[in-house]
Amino acid sequence: MSKSTVPFAGTQEQKVELQNYIQEHGSEPGALLPTLQKAQDIYGYLPIEVQEMVALGLNIPLSEVYGVATFYAQFSLSARGKYKISVCLGTACYVKGAGEILERVMDELGIGYGECTPDGKFSIEECRCLGACGLAPVMTINSEVYGRLTPDMIPDILAKY
Amino acid sequence: MADMIKLTINSIPVEVPQGSTILDASVKAGIRIPTLCFLKEVNEIGACRMCLVEVKGARGLMAACVAPVSEGMEVCTNSEKLREYRKMTLELILSNHRAECTTCSRSTNCELQTLAVEYSVDDKYFSPSGLEPDIDDSAIHLIRDNSKCILCRRCVSVCRKDQHVGVIGAISRGFNTHIGSAFDMPLSSTSCINCGQCVQVCPTAALTVRDDTDKVWAALADETKHVVVAPAPSVRVQLGECFGMPMGTNVEGKLAASLRRMGFDGIFDVDTAADMTIVEEGTELLNRLKEGGALPLITSCSPGWVKFCEHYYPEFLPNVSSCKSPQQMFGALTKTYYADKMGLDPKDIFVVSVMPCTAKKFERTRDDQSASGYPDIDVAITTPELANMIKRSGIVFEELPDETFDPIFGIASGAGHIFGATGGVMEAALRTVAEIVTGKPLEKLEFHEVRGTEAIKEAEFDLAGTKVRVAVVSGLENATKLLNSVKEGKAHYDFVEVMACPGGCVNGGGQPNVPGYIQNTKDVKAIRASALYGEDAKMGLRKSHENPVIKEIYETYLGEPGGHKAHDILHTKYVARKIYEDR
Ligand code: SF4
Ligand code: SF4
Ligand code: SF4
Ligand code: FES
Repeated sequence: MSKSTVPFAGTQEQKVELQNYIQEHGSEPGALLPTLQKAQDIYGYLPIEVQEMVALGLNIPLSEVYGVATFYAQFSLSARGKYKISVCLGTACYVKGAGEILERVMDELGIGYGECTPDGKFSIEECRCLGACGLAPVMTINSEVYGRLTPDMIPDILAKY
Repeated sequence: MADMIKLTINSIPVEVPQGSTILDASVKAGIRIPTLCFLKEVNEIGACRMCLVEVKGARGLMAACVAPVSEGMEVCTNSEKLREYRKMTLELILSNHRAECTTCSRSTNCELQTLAVEYSVDDKYFSPSGLEPDIDDSAIHLIRDNSKCILCRRCVSVCRKDQHVGVIGAISRGFNTHIGSAFDMPLSSTSCINCGQCVQVCPTAALTVRDDTDKVWAALADETKHVVVAPAPSVRVQLGECFGMPMGTNVEGKLAASLRRMGFDGIFDVDTAADMTIVEEGTELLNRLKEGGALPLITSCSPGWVKFCEHYYPEFLPNVSSCKSPQQMFGALTKTYYADKMGLDPKDIFVVSVMPCTAKKFERTRDDQSASGYPDIDVAITTPELANMIKRSGIVFEELPDETFDPIFGIASGAGHIFGATGGVMEAALRTVAEIVTGKPLEKLEFHEVRGTEAIKEAEFDLAGTKVRVAVVSGLENATKLLNSVKEGKAHYDFVEVMACPGGCVNGGGQPNVPGYIQNTKDVKAIRASALYGEDAKMGLRKSHENPVIKEIYETYLGEPGGHKAHDILHTKYVARKIYEDR
């Protein structure tokens, strides 16, 4: 599970909102899962700072919080960028060299799969087949689709954002 | 009394209290059902499926470790189908296990290996499967290799439930599931208290004690070093287990003999330092009672407990006795008093302690533990590490004669001896404090109220008009309960003994591993502790303050108990720590 590379920028309001929720619901049985959902709603993801607040608030070990946060796919441990990049790794794209495309994107941005650039601009996300196999290899940035990619096209595409 | 339930296990009729499991009933019927994940009262999660049994009329197979009995149940634990099933389960585990039994430190004492052999699992599952070691060796006391982890979660449960620490857990899901710390931090960056209970319960070599014996070998080979060794109280009643002797055998004589044959220059006894601890700590208690220091005074000999207090209850740090632990007192006195007496330079003395405890490996590195200007202790090894050294030295342990420790620092009282069991420090202290307060010899030396393995023991004693309220706890979950009630003003004590490990040092994280089925069916702590109490009862010298070595050290070197010099050498300080690092 990759960690956030973005410095945590939680606000006092966010903290209060989470603490209020914990105060109200924290003693209910099975409070951990809904609390994590709430925390993700508030912060958008669950970095260590947020998970520690949950652990302290519910008086349970951080290891348990982290266990649940990594067990359910709905939780994201990493911040998502303003621009979410998905490189399709479906079979068609893969045989046409999607691996090298992803590699190049990671190189250019200096982040790994599932991570976000420190300035919060780009994140590289999980992606299923986009159904655009005719254009393989394909990548999307938010809702924009880029097809028939070669690694050398990547810098120019990223420069547009 | 609970209602009794009648059932049969492999046609053997048994009767067990309602609420028992099929596993409980099978124990009563004298049948062993193989288990891997189950640990009584610690890990009852029915995860590994080793213990499946057939129950007549039931649809599927049942996990005996969690399935409750019912009236008239007919259980079969040993059918062709079950044996096949168990073999399959083992094969599945082994197909994802980096087996290297020829060199593995747990070989011949590994629950997985034992069962694999028992069920004749095909060799191909043992062949290297391309798995790489998956190691966290950041901690000072243990090494985790997840490529040997079977995900039984005993370690997770003991850390959370018995120790109230919970720095490890199951992470992720499916094929990626693994045990680790939050955010896959190295264990050394967590508030782990080094107790080693996780190592104690691990059925395989996924968790092992860090091996420091190389440093001891090197010191023994170094002509310029004067190498001194001493074992902790409980080591002598456990070491025998490593040589196939029955649990609870006291091998003190052979232990001393083996150390001498290995070439140590001084064969000392931590029991002696335990007596010193009692005199210092007893004096501290009396001073606090008289002059109104922080009460309850809480013992400081268990470094797992001390670190727990620093992380989780820093508000109680003023209550913790400033006395160093017996290990550290032994080292401190060796490099000061003994060095002085023998005309040795402390820098040339190398001090080895043999401990039931993994937290001693950490304690040795704490600040303010170098009375002579050099670390009080140079290496702390555990009971199995010593056993390994004895074997490697070619010493036939079983055939050794009984010898004694060197008298200069090797005479101890029965009070020092019982330190190894929960309640032992308290009883030892009471023997001394009572005599000092009343000014009369005690008629009865046994304080039965503080013996036994119950979670929390309380008692009140009237010492010549001074009421002393005491409590004894072991296991940090129990300590948590006790501290909370003190904090909330619900309980009032003058003197509290806390041991990090449930049952005290006899169940320490640095003791020989005991297979799960024995932990589940025998009271290991009580059997080991009884050997200590049995020895104490036979001894002529049973009070710490009457120990002639201790008297001589005070008379010729330290001065008064609790005096200036004693403070410099035998006392220490603590630091408040956080549960999570600042971010
Ligand atoms: S943990 Fe057990 S099964 Fe695994 S290599 Fe070691 S001895 Fe063999
Ligand atoms: S050594 Fe003790 S505190 Fe540390 S992980 Fe193991 S059980 Fe938990
Ligand atoms: S490390 Fe040991 S005790 Fe913990 S889950 Fe793995 S095999 Fe079980
Ligand atoms: S499921 Fe019963 S021992 Fe693991």
